[in-house]
Amino acid sequence: MTTSQNHTEADTTVDARGATCPGPLMDLISEIRAVDTGTVIALLSDAEKSPTEVQEWADESGNEVLDIADKGDHYRIHVTKR
Amino acid sequence: MTEHIAIVGGGTGGTVLANTLAEKLDAELAAGEVEITLFNDDEDHVYKPVWLYVAFGQREPADGRRPLREVVDDRVTIRQDYVVDVDYERKKLELVDAIDPAPYDKLVVATGAQLEPERVPGLAEAGHHFYSEEGAQALRDGLLGMDGGHIVLSVVGTPHMCPAAPLEFTFMIDDWLRERGRREAFDITYTYPIMRVHGNEHIAEWADPRLRERDIGIETMFNAEAVDPEAQTITSMEGTELDYDLLVAIPPHTGSDFIESAGLGDGGWVDVDKHTLEAVGFDDVYAIGDAAKTGVPKAGSAAHYQANVVAQRLASELRGQPATAVYGGKTICFIETGMDNATFVEFDYERPPEPSEPTRAMHWSKLAYNESYWLTARGLL
Ligand SMILES: Cc1cc2nc3c(=O)[nH]c(=O)nc-3n(C[C@H](O)[C@H](O)[C@H](O)COP(=O)(O)OP(=O)(O)OC[C@H]3O[C@@H](n4cnc5c(N)ncnc54)[C@H](O)[C@@H]3O)c2cc1C
Repeated sequence: MTTSQNHTEADTTVDARGATCPGPLMDLISEIRAVDTGTVIALLSDAEKSPTEVQEWADESGNEVLDIADKGDHYRIHVTKR
Repeated sequence: MTEHIAIVGGGTGGTVLANTLAEKLDAELAAGEVEITLFNDDEDHVYKPVWLYVAFGQREPADGRRPLREVVDDRVTIRQDYVVDVDYERKKLELVDAIDPAPYDKLVVATGAQLEPERVPGLAEAGHHFYSEEGAQALRDGLLGMDGGHIVLSVVGTPHMCPAAPLEFTFMIDDWLRERGRREAFDITYTYPIMRVHGNEHIAEWADPRLRERDIGIETMFNAEAVDPEAQTITSMEGTELDYDLLVAIPPHTGSDFIESAGLGDGGWVDVDKHTLEAVGFDDVYAIGDAAKTGVPKAGSAAHYQANVVAQRLASELRGQPATAVYGGKTICFIETGMDNATFVEFDYERPPEPSEPTRAMHWSKLAYNESYWLTARGLL
């Protein structure tokens, strides 16, 4: 897992702020279902467990977490569909 | 001038709201100051929880259906039509059948959820479910036609209606087979998309050991990617493949198509203020029940409590008083843990669910509630 403030460009954004666990992960998974391989998705979530849950799921499903940024009141997690 | 209150959707939320409003606004209705119109695309009101029992041959689909006119207060106008769009400027609803759009001053969206099995290749052909009348009947026939084999219960999509129902079905099928002395001939596997057996941690903690105790296989982090009806396999995005003889899947859900076309929210769910239930970014529009994104489960009980709150808010607004009623997230749920035992949970935005020890009395309470539902919908209970 990398934690950075880098400038990854997302192709699409899933704003799951306000949703409680596991809402943000499920929102990400439905977006992954809908997009083509190679698409970069930015997930915005204010659920505390999102960074670990998303990383764990990405490892299991073979998708890639590019970076996780702590934006103060929420996380922005970039994931590439593999 | 008559104030028009339009409610779209005559399911649990819309019906309770229409009936509660009719009671509250009796004087205003009599004086012609207000008119309540309930739009529903079906002539009947449907009570979905009955389908769980239809799958086990204990109830008939007709037990979950009544003409909407019988369930709704006479002071409410019913229009059988599908609402396709909203003209927010002119405050009108566009309908499929009617030529003239219908006016509204206050609009409440209560359009529920719909199933979309097509989102997973093979699922529509191969996956049984108990989330519709036809589905529950076909599942009943499928179960009766089996002597043994592997039953897989897969929760494919969340959010879905009644998050307790997949667990209830799993506990019930285990018990149903034991009662017939056939459990040995079957394997049962339960799959869930995240790293635990239920979205809510407290329910997951309670259910996990109970599933294991009954020798039910568990596959967590299982997001169905495709179903092969020929080979009878289901594969997950995480690379697991399961063979099945009978697949019972909770299909992906979306909200009513109308919500997308009316620009009220993504995926068919309306963004609302979770306390006031007002649609975010729109004036005079509320959403309740499964259609509203509140963070609470898509449950009839939540729709019912939300309907009560919106009824109070609308009545206050109509009388020029500040609307003070707020929704605190209250949800109640009876959870069947077998064919004659159940537990009960009550929770809200602040308090998590704490399942009680299952009892026979609780099972009978759930059945009694199902019977009395028709009085509840009418606002009498
Ligand atoms: C198998 C099963 C078991 C369940 N068990 C329980 C339980 O034990 N306890 C519990 O609390 N909940 C349970 N539920 C969930 C419960 O049924 C729903 O949460 C509840 O029905 C939601 O109410 P609603 O008013 O939001 O939507 P619904 O009751 O689904 O009503 C929506 C209505 O709107 C209509 N509609 C949709 N779009 C339009 C449109 N554009 N124009 C006109 N009409 C439209 C639909 O046809 C429908 O009549 C269960 C659900 C299922 C499937």
